[in-house]
Amino acid sequence: MSNVKVTLAGVELKNPVMTASGTFGSGAEYSEFVDLNRLGAVVTKGVANVPWPGNPTPRIAEVTGGMLNAIGLQNPGIDTFCKRDIPFLKQYDTKIIVNVCGKTVEDYCEVVERLGDEPVDLLELNVSCPNVKEGCIAFGQNPYALEDITKEVKKYAKQPLIIKLSPNVTDITEMARAAESGGADIVSLINTLTGMKIDINRRTFAIANKTGGMSGPAVKPIAVRMVYQVANAISLPIIGMGGIATAEDALEFLMAGATAVSVGTANFFNPYTTVEVAEGIEKFLDDRGIADIHEIIGCVK
Amino acid sequence: MSKVKETCTIVSQEQIGTGIFSMWLQTKEIAAQAVPGQFVSVYTRNGSKLLPRPISICEIDREQGRLRLVYRVTGKGTGTEEFSGLHAKVTLEVMGPLGNGFPLKEAEGKKVFLMGGGIGIPPMLQLAKEINGEKMAVLGYRDELFLNTEFEKYADVYLATEDGSAGTKGNVMDAIRENGLKADVIFACGPKPMLRAIKAYALENGIECWISMEERMACGIGACLGCVCQSKEVDEHSNVHNKRVCKDGPVFKCTEVEL
Repeated sequence: MSNVKVTLAGVELKNPVMTASGTFGSGAEYSEFVDLNRLGAVVTKGVANVPWPGNPTPRIAEVTGGMLNAIGLQNPGIDTFCKRDIPFLKQYDTKIIVNVCGKTVEDYCEVVERLGDEPVDLLELNVSCPNVKEGCIAFGQNPYALEDITKEVKKYAKQPLIIKLSPNVTDITEMARAAESGGADIVSLINTLTGMKIDINRRTFAIANKTGGMSGPAVKPIAVRMVYQVANAISLPIIGMGGIATAEDALEFLMAGATAVSVGTANFFNPYTTVEVAEGIEKFLDDRGIADIHEIIGCVK
Repeated sequence: MSKVKETCTIVSQEQIGTGIFSMWLQTKEIAAQAVPGQFVSVYTRNGSKLLPRPISICEIDREQGRLRLVYRVTGKGTGTEEFSGLHAKVTLEVMGPLGNGFPLKEAEGKKVFLMGGGIGIPPMLQLAKEINGEKMAVLGYRDELFLNTEFEKYADVYLATEDGSAGTKGNVMDAIRENGLKADVIFACGPKPMLRAIKAYALENGIECWISMEERMACGIGACLGCVCQSKEVDEHSNVHNKRVCKDGPVFKCTEVEL
């Protein structure tokens, strides 16, 4: 049996497969389909200091090979999250990564501070959601703002901090460097690509928010390219995501330089994807007699 | 009650109206678990169309483990167009049963309206079969009728057509008025303007009323928060005024939701 354990900022995952924030709730719904104990980590839907109602509907549109979403980070707020979602996840032998969102730097710090005493393994800062008017991507598209918020949040964070990067920038390595110099422990990428679909019969936008974040298999080549670029630009570990639907997809990200991978949109068309990817990676390594997953992480130069 | 994703085999596929198809599916587990008002997610065979199509359950044959889906082809190149071209013995990936279903007990021994509009009519058929009460099916169409004769076995049927070609000219509310119908309970599925009118009527007349809602979905199981509708009170799960159509619904008490 090949070793598939990986370590992110001192946190050991039993395998490199986790869920992408926003596609898996806090795991309860998908636990009817997959054994959460089989996952390296569960990354929760973004949570803010107070409940957020999210955007009007329609929030979802299908596009060729992918989808657009503009949920707008609807979430129940940190109090309910700590009371309900963390205890649910604690029943499982998997790592808990909480995605944190906010409108202001103070919002993020408040949530991160609150999570300090919770049994949470890693924090992921959502500075890249394209679907809300304030906060989020406003921090993720400006390297100075990104470095500042990273520095500030680090002061309050008891757990290692992941910065989730947006692909909606000219040069993602510039943002990765900003996160690194701000003191991030890990970067994750990519968040969704801003897209638009027009309903020609109704002569309006398919999504009420006009634009939505594109995800799904169609974005994978872009994501792999960006992971490769970031891996060559900074020395922090990377969580790679964007269109992963199979173990083969995940292996591309690992070889491009990601230490771990997230499965997002694929959960919607195959609720078993996470476990299938984890098993497929193991089989790939076993079949080829590769003793340790680290032999393939970043193996393409 | 648990939901599964399984490979189902098409038993039959038949066109029953302009762009309206009726498909029976052989399931392994879904039919045995399903109740009226629930839906299934049907996956296309085209890898570039990722999201499942949520389709209401029209009939349930629990003995044979079969489900009947009656659906409208929504356009050229759509997933539903693909389904309509599939013949018996072809397999489809299906997840279900999804959602909550209608509260049958609330209609026990009562006078009940089963109100369906357009492609909201199919789920009312299984409901008509299972309700134990005095059933009046009030069905609204644009012009062409479908499924109406099948309701006759289980309920008194009243029709409304927009063009007046059958039954009352107008909508389901016009049909109720024209026929002087009265009920203690309403179960309804159809377009939002229809549900809005039914809700107003139910509130005015103090009638208990449940409606089945529709919204664009992704996951179908309550995780992605794509298909929310507005709730009157703060919802326990979302902690805001949103309920998930796929998981908390699709059937809601009409006073629970804002239309």
